Amino acid sequence: MSNKHLFMILALIAIIVAPLIMFNGLGEDEGFFGGADGAAEEHITVINPEYEPWFSSFWEPPSGEIESLLFALQAALGAIIIGYYIGYFKGLKKTEKSENE
Amino acid sequence: MHIMEGYLPVEWAIVWYIISAIVVGYGIMNLNKVLKNNPEAKPLLAISAAFMFVLSSLKLPSVSGSCSHPTGNGLGVILFGPAITSVLATIVLLFQALVLAHGGLSTLGANIFSMGIMGPFVGYLVFKALRGKLNITWVVVLTAIFADWATYLTTSVQLALAFPNPSFMSSFTDFGTIFAITQIPLAIAEGLITGLLWDYLSKLRPELFEKVMNIKKGGNNE
Repeated sequence: MSNKHLFMILALIAIIVAPLIMFNGLGEDEGFFGGADGAAEEHITVINPEYEPWFSSFWEPPSGEIESLLFALQAALGAIIIGYYIGYFKGLKKTEKSENE
Repeated sequence: MHIMEGYLPVEWAIVWYIISAIVVGYGIMNLNKVLKNNPEAKPLLAISAAFMFVLSSLKLPSVSGSCSHPTGNGLGVILFGPAITSVLATIVLLFQALVLAHGGLSTLGANIFSMGIMGPFVGYLVFKALRGKLNITWVVVLTAIFADWATYLTTSVQLALAFPNPSFMSSFTDFGTIFAITQIPLAIAEGLITGLLWDYLSKLRPELFEKVMNIKKGGNNE
């Protein structure tokens, strides 16, 4: 791993961990770590109190637990595909190398 | 960047549906062309879509004290251009609208426009402007950063157009503030992840990448 990549990984970790340290001890009850999408939705009702959503979802995850299950599933599906092809590329490279020798 | 189900007035929902349908339709035509002429591009297409799946499911904490998610559209736009990326975004957004009640069917057109069209388009401009001028890793990082910011900026414009109360500008500033502060560091994180994946993939399959980059240069005219 080059220095550039090490720097990138460290910067990445710092960006994600910094907020957890900055707001350590604060949680949802104090208004922290909620979703920005939800905040925008709330703001609509603030500037336009009489607005009524005219359409609602056919199906909603019945609880936060089920929702995180489905989000994990989404991430897992993506990760399997990426991992599968990276493995495939690696295998391909190895075969090419041994064929050339 | 998801506008929730029902939170966009009907007329705006229709406007964004029409614009997005045109671009996605054009993207599907392009996608068929690429798959027919360059079947070896398939794995990279799958990875680009899968990358959007993973990144848009990660709700990351930000220094603003709220959470939001990256979009993952930077990789697709570099490899396949904005039109095909809009098709990939449609798949991801449809999944989230149907299975997670995240975003919605009535707002799908608007969400495709921000995450699948404007974000990738701005990213594409950044990529074109910087390619060859900087080390490719940083070009990829910046492309992904700007594609992410442009997505959230577009959502703010869409909400301000639909709810210009008391005025478009004040509404835009409000929505922009909600998203921007959260998104500035997260977009940088997204850029770094995209850059790392790019470097790793191009180390594994350098010739494939060259080929895909050339298809885009010669084949499509977006």
